[in-house]
Amino acid sequence: MGNGTSIGRVRGLGSAKHGAHHWLLQRFTAVGNLFLLIWLAVSILLLEDLSFISVTGWLSHPVPAVLMALLIVSTFWHARLGVQVMMEDYVHDHGSKFACLVALNFVAFAGAAFGVLCVLRLALGA
Amino acid sequence: MATAGSKNRPLSPHLQIWRWGPHMFVSIMHRVSGQGLVVGLALLLWWLGALASGPAAYAQLVTCMTSVPGYVVLVGISWCFFNHMMSGLRHFVLDIGAGFELKGNRTWSILTSVLGVVLTIAFWAILLLR
Repeated sequence: MGNGTSIGRVRGLGSAKHGAHHWLLQRFTAVGNLFLLIWLAVSILLLEDLSFISVTGWLSHPVPAVLMALLIVSTFWHARLGVQVMMEDYVHDHGSKFACLVALNFVAFAGAAFGVLCVLRLALGA
Repeated sequence: MATAGSKNRPLSPHLQIWRWGPHMFVSIMHRVSGQGLVVGLALLLWWLGALASGPAAYAQLVTCMTSVPGYVVLVGISWCFFNHMMSGLRHFVLDIGAGFELKGNRTWSILTSVLGVVLTIAFWAILLLR
C-alpha cells in the first residue's frame, strides 16, 4: 500500500462493498418511473380536456392521487441520482462538487415535498 | 482527498478519438434528455402547485404554456421523456449482458432514437387531434 497517488493509497484495501447501491437504486426507481409515467401520459390523453375542473376532479380521486404522489417520489429520487452522476462527472473541483451535491439534495427533497403536499391538498379538498 | 498525484495524470482517449456510431449518440442523448427532464419535473411542480392554488393560478400556467415558447418547452420535455424512456429500456437490456453484438447494438441504438421521436409525435397527434 503506497501513499503517493490516490490509487496507491486505496490499493489492496478491497472494495467498500456498497459500490452497486447507487446503480441498483437508479434501476429500481427507473422501473417505477416507467410504469408511473406511462400511467400519467395515458391519463393525460384520456382526460376530457386539461381544464382546471377536469384535472382537479381527476386528482381528487384516491387512486390517481396515490399514483401521482408515488410518481413524484420515484421521479425525484431518480433525478437526484442522475443529476448526482452529472455533477460527479463534470464538476471537477472537490469543494464545488460538495456544494453542488448539498444543493441537489435540498432541491430534490424540497421539490418532492412540495409536489406531495399539493397532491394531498387536492385529494383531501383543503 | 485525491490531491497528491492527481494532476497531470494521463487521460483515457475521449470522444474525438473514436469513429462516430449511433451508440455514442444514444448514450449522449440519454444524458441530455435526462437533464432536460429536470425542467420537466419543475413544470410538473408548477402544474400541481397551480392546481392546488386555484383557477387563477392555473389560468396563468395555461396562458404561459399555450404560447409558442410554451409549446416549444412542452414538446421538448415530451421528447426528453420518450427518448429517455426508450434509451433507458435499451440500458435495461444492456444491463443483463445482452445486445452488445455490433450489428444488434447498432440497430437498437438507431431504433431507440427513432422510436423516441415517433412516440413524441404520436402523443401530440393524439392530444391535439382527438
